[in-house]
Amino acid sequence: MTDTIDDRKQRYKKVAYYPGCALEGSAQPYDISTRAVGKHLGLQLEDVKDWNCCGAMEVKNVDPEIQTYLSSRVMSQAKNKNGTDVVMAPCNGCYHNLKKAEYDIANKPKSKETVEKISAKAGHEAYHEGEVETIHALDWIKWGYGEEELRAKIKGGLKGLKVANYYGCMYTRPRHIFPEKGLGGDSESLTKPHYMDDLLAVAGAENVDFPLKTACCGGAHSLSDSDMSTKLVLNILEAAEAAGAEVIATECPTCHSGLEMHQIRALKRLSKDTNVKVVYFTQLLGLAMGMSPRKLGIHANVSKSIPLLKERGIA
Amino acid sequence: MPIHEKSLIRPENLSTHEHLVIDGVDVSGDWSTFIRSRVVTDYNEDLQDEIAAMPGGEYIHRCWQCGSCTNSCTVNAENPDFNPRYWIYLIRMGMESELVRDKDIIWQCVSCNKCTSACPRDVVPEGVMKATAHWLELKGYTEPSNSTVFDEIFTEQVVERGKIEDGEVLMEFLQKTGQPLTQDWLVQMVKQMVAGFSIPTLLKMGWNTVFKPRTSDWSKARDAIREHIEEEEAARHRALGLDPAE
Ligand code: SF4
Ligand code: SF4
Ligand code: SF4
Ligand code: SF4
Repeated sequence: MTDTIDDRKQRYKKVAYYPGCALEGSAQPYDISTRAVGKHLGLQLEDVKDWNCCGAMEVKNVDPEIQTYLSSRVMSQAKNKNGTDVVMAPCNGCYHNLKKAEYDIANKPKSKETVEKISAKAGHEAYHEGEVETIHALDWIKWGYGEEELRAKIKGGLKGLKVANYYGCMYTRPRHIFPEKGLGGDSESLTKPHYMDDLLAVAGAENVDFPLKTACCGGAHSLSDSDMSTKLVLNILEAAEAAGAEVIATECPTCHSGLEMHQIRALKRLSKDTNVKVVYFTQLLGLAMGMSPRKLGIHANVSKSIPLLKERGIA
Repeated sequence: MPIHEKSLIRPENLSTHEHLVIDGVDVSGDWSTFIRSRVVTDYNEDLQDEIAAMPGGEYIHRCWQCGSCTNSCTVNAENPDFNPRYWIYLIRMGMESELVRDKDIIWQCVSCNKCTSACPRDVVPEGVMKATAHWLELKGYTEPSNSTVFDEIFTEQVVERGKIEDGEVLMEFLQKTGQPLTQDWLVQMVKQMVAGFSIPTLLKMGWNTVFKPRTSDWSKARDAIREHIEEEEAARHRALGLDPAE
């Protein structure tokens, strides 16, 4: 891409927002804090009109082309109903699926055909490759607002809170669907992502050296193979604690709830007690800018971080 | 991390003599270990084509057996018997009965896509794992796994309404797989969840369970999706030589 940092900033100032099912359901704290932080920074969000579920991992297993269609419809709505060319998704699953649909439509004739066939029958414009750019909430703040500008907004800050940044699987894998990553320079890394680290460092956190940034929590089988998920989550929690983290920062509702749920399950089933807290990165950014925990939905997290944050003088 | 190889030599085919002297040389114990020869005759020459006809399996023919998938695999690190490279080898050789020996663990792939990112040949091993699990079920080797049950409940909700309500998916899944709602860890989680929610949030969640979230004007999309899924299912049955109505 030939656009400059300023072009990008302009483009991300106002984006179509795709919350997805999780943020409307059990992950409301992420939705609340994303909207609140956006408002505080003067970034504009307009919900994708009449959006549908992107199909998550589950629909792909039943029929991959239907998952591509579902994700393509979201982009088609953004383009044709919202009239925008940027969609922002805070959920790794949604973000991943939209990127995957973009890739499949461009590279797999069968995907393109199915999208066109079903869109015609459903009575809406089919999505065509390159019509919208899908970005993550991390891109939105990092590029739409800017790190230096963010520095000026910090009030109180995170006071050296020790944070392990956890990105999960779907933000960087498989590499094919993220052609803009791994290019060096200021592009996101495919193996050691750092956009969340960057933002939280600006907010005053001390990011610990965390080796499991892109490890898998077993989210696909969180309920259908719970013992495996509990083991995988426990690896992540213990590695974070071993690295000295007080908090794990998350940028995906599924990763976040997976950690919360299996932290409890590890205690109940394996008698393994871990104390590290799980907090959305948007909540941490909000706190650093002096916003109240209530406004950021921190009380509604399953992982109870308020006492720690109070003790550290952050909340 | 080492590449975990699974030996094709089965313990029951190893033979050792406790007392054996050949030409005056004592070869008792381990010195006399030999492997009974085994002839595999039950090749399924269509196996690779059958897997390739399942969603996700289409690129299996590209594999050159480097082992990067197994080497990077999340589940392999927990269970060395979970070995994508080896299964792809068996499929490409047509060794159906060997493959079926691992029928109860293949579905455990967590779709982390480490293999797909690592594969130098763009095989999409993650897809091959899903295709193989699917194939095992269609062929009647295994009952639908919990994962399949979950996928189906989820997909049905999306197709029907355009959106899901995550609480409802969870409840239906626990019910269908016979798991009690009173499991200690679930109860604890719900407690911690409810403790923090404000009244309006709780109201909104209650509202969502009564008035299901749905995408407006969805019915035409729903019908077109159902039609497509049925066509694809019939095509898969045909590819395996099964009755499409099954
Ligand atoms: S990935 Fe998850 S949150 Fe995103 S739309 Fe699909 S179900 Fe909803
Ligand atoms: S870390 Fe877990 S929830 Fe997140 S993307 Fe991977 S499997 Fe899914
Ligand atoms: S990484 Fe790819 S090429 Fe290598 S063994 Fe696995 S599937 Fe085959
Ligand atoms: S996607 Fe499945 S097979 Fe591939 S590395 Fe992950 S768990 Fe292993």
